[in-house]
Amino acid sequence: MTLLEFRDYLVPGLALGALYSVIAIGYTLVYGVLKLINFAHSEVFMLGGFGALIVLTEVAPGHPSGLVSVLLVLLGLVVSGLVGAGTAFGLEKVAYRPLRKRNAPALIFLISAIGASFFLYNLAGKLFGRDPKAMPALFDNGVLFHVLGAPVDVVKLLLIVAALAMIVGLDLLVRRTKLGSAIRAVAQDPEAAGLMGVDIDRIVSRTFVIGGVLGGIAGFLFGLNSQVSFTMGFIPGITAFAAAVLGGIGNLRGAMLGGMLLGLVETYNVPLFGEEWRYVAAFAVLVLVLMFRPTGILGAKLGRTA
Amino acid sequence: MTTTLAERTAAARPPAPATSDPVLQVSGVTLRFGGLVSLCEVDLTVRRGEIHAVIGPNGAGKTSLFNSLTGAYAPQEGQVLLRTDAGTEHSLLGRKPHHVNRLGVARTFQNIRLFSALTALENVKVAAESGTRSGPLGIMLGLPRAKAEERAAEGTARRLLALVGLDDRAEERADSLSYGDQRRLEIARALATGPRLLLLDEPAAGTNPTEKRELAALIRRINHELGISVLLIEHDMPLVTSVADRVTVLNFGKVIASGPPSEVQRDPAVVEAYLGTSDTDSRQGRTR
Amino acid sequence: MSTLNDTSAVTAVQVAHLPVSTASTASTASTASTASTVSFRPARPSAEALAALRGHRWYERPRWRRLCALTAVGVLLAVMTGEQGSGADLLFSLRTTFTGTALWAWIAAAVALWAIAEFGAVPRRAVASGARAAAAPLARIRPALDSSPRLRVALVVAGLAAAVLLPLLFDRSTNQVLVDWVGIYVLLALGLNVVIGWAGLLDLGFVAFFAIGSYSTAFWSGQLPVKPPFELNPFLSIPVAMVTCLLAGILLGAPTLRLRGDYLAIVTLGFHEIIYLIAKNAESVTGGSLGVFGIPHFSVDLGPLQYRWGLDPLDYLWLLIGLITVLVLLFRKLVRSKIGRTWEAIREDEVAAAAHGVDTVKYKLMAFAIGASTSGVAGAVYASKVGFINPENFPLLYSVLVLAYVIFGGMGSIPGVLLGAALLAYLPHGLKDVVDQKDRFMYLGALLVVMMIYRPQGLLPARRRRRTVRTREAS
Repeated sequence: MTLLEFRDYLVPGLALGALYSVIAIGYTLVYGVLKLINFAHSEVFMLGGFGALIVLTEVAPGHPSGLVSVLLVLLGLVVSGLVGAGTAFGLEKVAYRPLRKRNAPALIFLISAIGASFFLYNLAGKLFGRDPKAMPALFDNGVLFHVLGAPVDVVKLLLIVAALAMIVGLDLLVRRTKLGSAIRAVAQDPEAAGLMGVDIDRIVSRTFVIGGVLGGIAGFLFGLNSQVSFTMGFIPGITAFAAAVLGGIGNLRGAMLGGMLLGLVETYNVPLFGEEWRYVAAFAVLVLVLMFRPTGILGAKLGRTA
Repeated sequence: MTTTLAERTAAARPPAPATSDPVLQVSGVTLRFGGLVSLCEVDLTVRRGEIHAVIGPNGAGKTSLFNSLTGAYAPQEGQVLLRTDAGTEHSLLGRKPHHVNRLGVARTFQNIRLFSALTALENVKVAAESGTRSGPLGIMLGLPRAKAEERAAEGTARRLLALVGLDDRAEERADSLSYGDQRRLEIARALATGPRLLLLDEPAAGTNPTEKRELAALIRRINHELGISVLLIEHDMPLVTSVADRVTVLNFGKVIASGPPSEVQRDPAVVEAYLGTSDTDSRQGRTR
Repeated sequence: MSTLNDTSAVTAVQVAHLPVSTASTASTASTASTASTVSFRPARPSAEALAALRGHRWYERPRWRRLCALTAVGVLLAVMTGEQGSGADLLFSLRTTFTGTALWAWIAAAVALWAIAEFGAVPRRAVASGARAAAAPLARIRPALDSSPRLRVALVVAGLAAAVLLPLLFDRSTNQVLVDWVGIYVLLALGLNVVIGWAGLLDLGFVAFFAIGSYSTAFWSGQLPVKPPFELNPFLSIPVAMVTCLLAGILLGAPTLRLRGDYLAIVTLGFHEIIYLIAKNAESVTGGSLGVFGIPHFSVDLGPLQYRWGLDPLDYLWLLIGLITVLVLLFRKLVRSKIGRTWEAIREDEVAAAAHGVDTVKYKLMAFAIGASTSGVAGAVYASKVGFINPENFPLLYSVLVLAYVIFGGMGSIPGVLLGAALLAYLPHGLKDVVDQKDRFMYLGALLVVMMIYRPQGLLPARRRRRTVRTREAS
């Protein structure tokens, strides 16, 4: 790999990493409060993408520019966030809550989650067609400026800025607000939190919703960056899960770090080994991390160690 | 392992007198969780054939000590040596739980951990068979050794159930047994692995006076008839004084006294640990 | 014995529901007290009454919530059964559904169902007693089977005879389906059952071993771009595929089986994807996405014993039935031995099992490897039967497919898994004129969720699990 290639892949790598960070946070949040992997999170992501796609296809004019572009992007963010939140909320209510009430073993949760994931993505495939679709043009996606001579276009910048904003916002939410401390309390010891008057059902539900907002918006951003399709959740879902594990599952900052690392690894994998091996990196990293350091780089923090 | 146990139960060796020869030697074991020191330079020796009790207030580190001995926790410092009848020594620290068990240390749990969906007999059989060697191929092909091992395990399990008085409950699900029965089933299951040292974690907790008397008799029989050394955590002082040859007292993770029960009870440090400063502590110490 | 409990539990539930339904029509207190005098149960206020006492709004009360939920299910079913979406118009499917009449039919059905359940005491009782009458002989089958080994043997022999003889009556294309989809997938489900049903490990990459078995057969027949040192008789490739998958299973399992269950699920998922990508991309080794052609059929050539499997699917069907029978006999022995008991002990309490000398990782690895090698056998038979394989025969979806079969039939129950897999695997072909093939996975996903919520033990639960689930749910 030449230095020039290294430079050219840096910004896309960072943008992809930012995206993975946001999705990974969704996994880590839910893992924190429920101690289970929300396999269907990738479908929250996918449906967020479709939500924005559908609404924007209806409203977007041919060649938007200026203020219209800004408004369209905002609309996309809001719609995808809402769709993601709604999906995550419904998911928790239908696929998880009945099992939680019954105190079902972890295996049952996992199967239910996989079933829900399958259902959702095949339903989306049926409803919206099975071929990938591009987002309508929201802005004139030109090169904005150069970093070390490498071009930075609008989409990449938007990805990085939006992801950073969400990460910072979430960090503040978890650290500063009452809801945040309730989430941390449930993550640490649900029983004690319940005894102290925390309504666990409500906190779990809201945690899903928060993760859903992040996941949905990530779906929209991903759609802008490439395309929207019913299978689009799979690879980012697994990669983001790997990122969450890499950083230490249950650990918010770990998820961000892991997401960035995997985004860069995946992107640099292309010039190093070729496009067809692009996605092997994430799986390989996942397998290696789980083998040698299952607690991740930063270790589990939001709750007790697994 | 099972054969040695079968021999022991069948031959009913003469009561093994407590000797000064140690079967388990714990020296300088320190266990920390982050900044919290759970065990601090604990020394403890269990002599071959004796019943040794570990007592101490709640949170003194008794169960942590058991977990450290059996491989569930990894203490940062110290040494734990298990000495076999032949005199070879095995270090127990850093070994996996199943490995510690194979070396001859079996345990029960403070909060009963039976395989609840299995029957009483199956609970004991699982333990009896854990050391046997037949593999999946031998079993699927029905090789004679697999069959013989299965028969031996069945026999051991039934004998042990009889020993603890559960022979008529063999086919019942473990979680349908009464509390006292579950405690005794745990003991039978631990014995089925053919230990030379048995760790009992509060075997009398939650049992009634009659069951306690029967339990004391059972512990003595295990010690005398099977020749198994016993390390016992117990809050019930009458039980401890009636069965234990020696007692070690833990408080805040440290050994504060050790010796025969009568001596230990008079030890000023022990009296202080139990009677302590607050009233509630003393009541707990006495009644439990 | 067990069914006795079952029916008594059912009647108890019905008794408990009775005051709930009547309480809202008459005054709560009086019905509650009459209910208690009639059934000698302590008076308990109905859910409706409790909700009223708590000051819930009308729409928050259970009855209306049930209406909302049922209507939502009706709408969802309308959406699910609607038109296929189109590539050009994103909202085509949803628009046709929401402007069509089918939606209202579904909603009407949902509301009618609700109304009957809530208000129609007479039809409800008729349905309940009808269902009980219909279920009574069924309910008697299981205890009869449990108590009489001779009946069990007779049933198994009859089933086996039917499986061997009935295909003679079917046409060729049905038999192709019976081999390629039903037989092979029953074999796979049987293997996965060891992993998930007995050892309690969630393996989401099970079909990867199927692929390894198939490709190993292709390799030893000399059809891959990489040539073997010598070519094997395709029949010998069965044990070779078995050993290859066994080794692959151990290689993957040894480092990962120490981890929590959900990590294992995702690592196996990743493993499947890696195997798929290798099959697709490593063209110089696997032939890439074009696949491998010309894998020879099985043949036996031992002196007087000569047989050549050909294009007739019946040969392969009988071979598969033979393999399944042998495996069932072996697995039955296994699960009733110390290994089956130990797996169950590990599922119940891993810490306690380890403290009693059980090397838990070894036992999990054993289950993992046994499952993988079964998958390898299926792969070898499949490759030889179809003669042509490519990466698209082994997508990740199929791992979940097998998982659904096992769960539908009943994790840990051999008859359940056989029946569940056969039924579900045949269903898409039986319904191919009614339901779009592409919607198959959507229904399977929904089935998984519904099963986990209402019947996690499956269609024909394992004997032990029947007990476990009942006592757990009761407490």
